[in-house]
Amino acid sequence: MVEEIGRTADGNIIINVGPQHPATHGVLHLVITINGETIIKVEPHLGYIHRSIEKMCESLTYRQFIYVTSRMDYLSSHINNHACALCVENGLQVEVPARAQVIRVLMDELTRIASHELWWGAMAMDLGAFTPFFHAFRERETINDIMEETCGARLTMNYMVPGGVMQDIHPNFQQRVKDFIKLYKSKISEYDELVTGNIIFQNRMKGVGYLSPEDAVSFGVSGPPARGSGVSCDTRKTYPYEIYNQLQFDEILETGGDSFARYMVRIREMNQSIKIIEQLIDNIPEGDFQAKTKAVLKLPKGEFLQKVETARGQFGVYIVSEGGTTPYRIKFRSPGFSNLSALDHMARGSKLGDLVAMMGTLDLVIPDIDR
Amino acid sequence: MIDSWLRATFNATWTMVIEMVIAGVCVIGLFAALGLVLVLMERRVAAWIQIRLGPNRVGPGGMLQSLADTLKLLVKEGMTPDGADKFLFNLAPFIAMMVAMLLMAPIAFAKDFQLWDLNIGVLYISAVSSLMVISILMAGWASNNKYSLMGAMRSGAQIVSYELSAGLSILTVVILSGSLNLNEIILSQSDGWWIFKGHIPVIISFVIFIIAVTAETNRAPFDLAEAESELTAGFHTEYSGMKFALFFLAEYINVFIVCAIGATLFLGGWMPFHIGHWEGFNHVMDYIPSSLWFFGKTFFLIFLIMWFRWTFPRLRIDQLLNLEWKYLLPISMFNILLVTVMAILGWYF
Repeated sequence: MVEEIGRTADGNIIINVGPQHPATHGVLHLVITINGETIIKVEPHLGYIHRSIEKMCESLTYRQFIYVTSRMDYLSSHINNHACALCVENGLQVEVPARAQVIRVLMDELTRIASHELWWGAMAMDLGAFTPFFHAFRERETINDIMEETCGARLTMNYMVPGGVMQDIHPNFQQRVKDFIKLYKSKISEYDELVTGNIIFQNRMKGVGYLSPEDAVSFGVSGPPARGSGVSCDTRKTYPYEIYNQLQFDEILETGGDSFARYMVRIREMNQSIKIIEQLIDNIPEGDFQAKTKAVLKLPKGEFLQKVETARGQFGVYIVSEGGTTPYRIKFRSPGFSNLSALDHMARGSKLGDLVAMMGTLDLVIPDIDR
Repeated sequence: MIDSWLRATFNATWTMVIEMVIAGVCVIGLFAALGLVLVLMERRVAAWIQIRLGPNRVGPGGMLQSLADTLKLLVKEGMTPDGADKFLFNLAPFIAMMVAMLLMAPIAFAKDFQLWDLNIGVLYISAVSSLMVISILMAGWASNNKYSLMGAMRSGAQIVSYELSAGLSILTVVILSGSLNLNEIILSQSDGWWIFKGHIPVIISFVIFIIAVTAETNRAPFDLAEAESELTAGFHTEYSGMKFALFFLAEYINVFIVCAIGATLFLGGWMPFHIGHWEGFNHVMDYIPSSLWFFGKTFFLIFLIMWFRWTFPRLRIDQLLNLEWKYLLPISMFNILLVTVMAILGWYF
């Protein structure tokens, strides 16, 4: 039987979702096979925004390569930079000043909130509600302003450097973060009223895109999608880095395994981030913001690995050094890539409209997947 | 007045022709005006709900924004895709527009102002409005695009299902007022609008009516036919330029018409608001022109529907059909029995 264009042999229709499609939030290309409205198969095609960042890093020095990593997962650039800085410090055996450590954690958590805010708005937009996007951006804008004041940038901050942070925090920083916490707490109930409690939203999310804990582990899913299936995988708890083991916060676990569980994990995580910020904002120790390091960094011969928890899941940096000024080989473990691999498994048998909701709960950032 | 003057000047045939031309020009003028006003209103309402400003640069308060947009669409190239069925592809937007225009005929805009005083007005409206689905199916099929086809199929299932509930909820008022003539239905509400004197059953049917017409006009949360985040633009994915504008305009005109029908049936059309024996209050209300009453009520309902759109997420196709067949339809059927009993026993004011 000759295969007709756009159809499989058994008569199912093949549709290209993307690379230009409003639901993929970037240049992700999904080739989906559908029978009517029911999804038979989802096949992600990657590489539309591949910039070979890992290869580029091999020709950059240990100070320079960190800036490139801001361009991977642009919504958690602080956390990417943080991972790279930690990995280099680990190799150099540099002691980071206490002030820098606290500032780093503060920035990480602010980034996490900003990222989840954007996800929340985009998630609602995927389901056809436009208004939450603007409400989310109202709060996110405040965080961006704080970042702009201290780091000089709003998206690709490049603030973390080996040995600490690039410059000291702005004098207004503490006050503005406190104002943000106040604003956030007064607005968070709006989120529940507008989206979480909505009956249409709950019907669209509950029981959709089920991912069992076993499957989550076998697909290498990490971050909120895995914790929505009840897999404990918060790197801040399991492999504590920086000062996370001294802080009081909970790892959020939901056991539903469906889209709604993944949604709730992120909403509750934002509150935990606020809790961490509240603990630290008044206790930033005095001292240097950067350790004294040599002008030219040389990592000793060996292999170095650092894992951190970004807003999307576990991010890993793996450096192989030959003792020179540039890394011999770098590998990034990006959360989005593994999380996307579970999409096909989750989406089979559900409706086309649900695919969009599932992609929303995975919170995909395409430059993070393609690198 | 115009009628008698024309009759005195010309013979009967010419009078009719001239009157038809006048009516046609009126409808087209009203169309253009309504399209511009409603698009602007939608954008301003959306902006207000979404804590932003909305169009405010072109003209005073952004009032000329939709005019500028229309101009842009007019000069844009109307593309026809290679694989499309050219005749049907180009015909579909005109059918959409035609249906919307036909629906305008029997609506009473003000006291004694009606283009066509039809004795089966309600029946005519439900019959003509179901033609809308043909243009959507035609557009989706002729585009030769999978997204368009899926949008069209969704829309077909949706409009045909929700037609039932809309029809049944309209019937409750027809039973109570005992007439299919829109003018007589309005006159039957001179002592109180049906939503007030019809007790709970009419309120139920009003709510069902609003839900059903939101679905029938493909508005969010029932906008599955175009579902931006799933089907890019649904049945009009391939349309551009003025052909797209006709679909766009038809959607807004349809919203206006269903809201006008809702206002006519449930909120008394151009009847002013009266409260029992408050003579002074009623007298003041009578001074407000009847056209203002009609447009006020209609725009209130339009605002309601816009409010839905900017608040709710979209339903899924199976949930949409479940809502109709498992909830709305049984409720409306039971409701209509209740209203029939009420009408027979005279249990209304």
